[in-house]
Amino acid sequence: MRTAHWLYTIPLRLRSLFRRRDADRELDDELRDHLERKTEEYVAKGLPLKEARRQALIDLGGVEQVKEKCRDTRHVNSIQDLTHDLRYGLRMLRKSPSFTVVAVLTLALGIGANTSLFSVVNGVLLNPLPYPHPDQVVIASNTSSTLPETWISYPDFLDWVRDNHSFSSLSAYESLVSFNLLGQGEPERVSATEISSAFFPALGVTPVLGRNLSPAEDQLNGPPAVILSGGFWKTKFGSSPDILGKSINLDGTDYTVVGVLPENFYFCCENISFRLSDVYVPIGADKNPWMRDRKFHPGIYAIGRLKPGVTLAQARADMDGMASSLAAAYPDTDKDQGIRVTPLKQVVVREIRPFLLVLLTAVGFVLLIACVNVANLLLARSTGRVREFAIRAALGASQGRVIRQLLTESVLLAMAGGALGLLLASWGTRTALSVLPSTLPRASDVRMDPHVLLFTLVVSLLAGVLVGLAPALKISQPDLHETLKEGGRGASGAHYRTQSVFVVIEMALTVVLLVGAGLTIRTLVSLSSVNPGFDPHHVLSFNVGFPPSVASADATQIRAGFRQLTDKIAAVPGVQSVSLMNAAVPMGDRYDVNFWINGQPKPATDANKPLTLWYLVGPDYLKVMKIPLLRGRFLTAQDDANSPGVCVIDEDFARKYFGNQDPIGKRLNFDLVYKQLEIVGVVGHVKQFGLDENARSLARAQLYASALQLPDNLTQAWVPFTGYVIRTQGSPDAFAASIRGALRRFNSKAVMFHTETMDSVVARSLASRRFAMILLAVFAALALVLASIGIYGVISYVAGQRTREIGIRLALGATRSDILKMVLVDGTRLAVTGVAAGLVVVAGLTRLMAKILYGVSATDPLTFTVVAVILTLVALAACYVPARRAMRVDPMVALRHE
Amino acid sequence: MSKPSDLVQGTLDMLLLKILALEPMNGFAVSQRLKQVSGDVLQMSDGSLYPALHKLEQEGWITAEWKTSEKGRRAKYYSLTRLGRRQLEREANSWGRLSSAISRVVKLKGA
Repeated sequence: MRTAHWLYTIPLRLRSLFRRRDADRELDDELRDHLERKTEEYVAKGLPLKEARRQALIDLGGVEQVKEKCRDTRHVNSIQDLTHDLRYGLRMLRKSPSFTVVAVLTLALGIGANTSLFSVVNGVLLNPLPYPHPDQVVIASNTSSTLPETWISYPDFLDWVRDNHSFSSLSAYESLVSFNLLGQGEPERVSATEISSAFFPALGVTPVLGRNLSPAEDQLNGPPAVILSGGFWKTKFGSSPDILGKSINLDGTDYTVVGVLPENFYFCCENISFRLSDVYVPIGADKNPWMRDRKFHPGIYAIGRLKPGVTLAQARADMDGMASSLAAAYPDTDKDQGIRVTPLKQVVVREIRPFLLVLLTAVGFVLLIACVNVANLLLARSTGRVREFAIRAALGASQGRVIRQLLTESVLLAMAGGALGLLLASWGTRTALSVLPSTLPRASDVRMDPHVLLFTLVVSLLAGVLVGLAPALKISQPDLHETLKEGGRGASGAHYRTQSVFVVIEMALTVVLLVGAGLTIRTLVSLSSVNPGFDPHHVLSFNVGFPPSVASADATQIRAGFRQLTDKIAAVPGVQSVSLMNAAVPMGDRYDVNFWINGQPKPATDANKPLTLWYLVGPDYLKVMKIPLLRGRFLTAQDDANSPGVCVIDEDFARKYFGNQDPIGKRLNFDLVYKQLEIVGVVGHVKQFGLDENARSLARAQLYASALQLPDNLTQAWVPFTGYVIRTQGSPDAFAASIRGALRRFNSKAVMFHTETMDSVVARSLASRRFAMILLAVFAALALVLASIGIYGVISYVAGQRTREIGIRLALGATRSDILKMVLVDGTRLAVTGVAAGLVVVAGLTRLMAKILYGVSATDPLTFTVVAVILTLVALAACYVPARRAMRVDPMVALRHE
Repeated sequence: MSKPSDLVQGTLDMLLLKILALEPMNGFAVSQRLKQVSGDVLQMSDGSLYPALHKLEQEGWITAEWKTSEKGRRAKYYSLTRLGRRQLEREANSWGRLSSAISRVVKLKGA
């Protein structure tokens, strides 16, 4: 019955709504027809035509009224009600423009901040990666008993490919590679990723031009082939399609271009530098000795695509089995070594996630505060309308009808706020991201997509309902009798109560935000006062790409070349000291070697051997970096290929492995790179993993060895990673050009790249923290402003409502300062209650922030105290204005007014 | 608008449905028929007739159609729908129950 009913009526309703004019015209015709017939009837009865027409009209009783009544039957009431409510709401909002502007702006700030942050979270955390079926893509790495993640040895990887049952494609990749590009004008350095032929199939990316690498190319002595990135193809070759089949010269080898990637191709993980690679070359063709030895784990990760239907758990079980069979087959190298399989998405957002979640909570609080403010404004305004609603109720308006009217108004406000907020957000996000380009992985995916728009819409609706609900419920059940009797002043104590509760909530939320921001600021302050273990000021670091004539020379010539270049750089005016720097770089690349102390039994497996970070440096390294020498001596120019191998360890190394013994003269055994090195000195510890290194508890032993004592075969192999650090007089930035000149004088085809001051390296290690701090501080400031406006508004309102009472008090002899005190005490009570509540809440909440804090406890008493004092003072200041106003009330005016 | 039609709105709806159940007709004819069948007892002004018809139409009980009349004049003809027929039955039933109940009460009082 119901459905049948709707079948009949829906078309009618729709017609009434959308084809109103047709319906009206038919109504006209129908009534005209009726009048004509009626007139004819009267004429037939003998009346003159004129009189007959008059009679017919009288019978009908007013054409327009009848029409209106007919129109009323058209049952589009709920929609008409809505349009009425909207129109009425708009009129009400237009009638008090200042209220509307304040409310819309407040909501726009809150919604805008949320939209903005959500667009970031949406792009970074929620959006699938830009590959087909991104959930199937995983990163695999090794684990050891001491480290959660280590690089993979290439022979192991080949076994994984051969024996796994889980992956439809599995590829190794190493992104720490770069080449000198020759024969294309000025020699320049291009960044490269070495990949297996299965790399792009694993990601599901197809070249826009040409093809993927073939398995034949992905092996030792295969034909050299290269795939270009879209950007490199564009800038270097003007997007010319005839590039396919041509060859480019990388480090003296001609590579045939077999493919070009889409320009928007993106592959970027925390374990890959944020720079996208210019070229992709087959990893299997890498001739370096460490690629053939299971003992080496040379910067390789694996990326794989799960076969359809294979779950992550199955893949993990499969790889666990793989790890045990490898351990059984190669106990020397693979025992106690695990394999870790992590979804790519998780890897990409691992570092940033805790920050974004904290920020999202913070920005949610900002919106709540904005809502509370607007709700309070609405409450205050609605008291003025109590009489209006009481009359409506008395005339039979249902409670629901009145609530709907009020909610319509508040949702209108929120929608306007949302629209404005969207504008603010799209502008603000763009600005923020352009200021902080590289701190955020996947920043390019941040945009205003339909999800963001939907989010804004939903948030605005919720905000509208939230904001309107309290006042609506409050006012829709007025005590009719009382209200009408009171003559419409309508203010009852209950209103103050609601508003006061709102202010307390608002204060408490503000406390949370302020404390959050305070703790982050304290974290950054304590981090910036952390000694990195070296002096980063006036230090420039850069890498050198040597041409093939240098790189493929024999080890003795290469060492001579290093010396020569060092001298040439040292001769540049203003350069105080210079040192080679290879392998590990402070706050940059990390390299480890296994060792065991001579005289102690050799551990059975590689995984059981202790690890140390491994720095390859020159004799002046300490001078450049100003790392303190604690004991013994540092490496000297005499520690070269012809003298016995020596090394210097850091204090952590000494403490961890030698305790109270003197490490000088002790020997370390290796089975990679070196045979044995004698410890000749102890230096200070360097914070390799950033200023917050202890927070990640990754501090590791450090070992310095002379770049000139690297064994012959590795001396050649390490040439592509050669770097220098120099200490300069004055700003190191100014030296890039003169260093480049020195480099040219050394060899016209040598290339300087990755030039960066150590200051900026250090700053970069704090970038995501700074990003979080700035945003939290902005949110907290926003909250503080909103909360002050909130408490100011309520206190003014309450004081305004009490004008008569104040008048009476004054008339009865209260002094003006009594009045001032009275109002201030009101405000203080609210502020203090709110602050106290906030402190309790925040003590629980900041524990969630612990992950991003450093050097400060989550319940840092200083931060808590300062926030409490500041907020109370600000609140008092906000109350002072209305208190002064109340104090100046003229009792005569106040009493007469009432 | 005359009082009785206000008081027994539902009853008037039923009457209109009943009239239209006989044959499709236009508004003018309905008003004539109404006068004819109820004499002067149920007076329904022309002014209330049309809103009532429109209401029935919106309820889906009657449907309207523009037709050319006997005199070659275009007019809006109302006819009963399937829903309207069912509604008429229902209202006639409840009216029957109500009127017999009322007449019993009235008789009781008279006795």
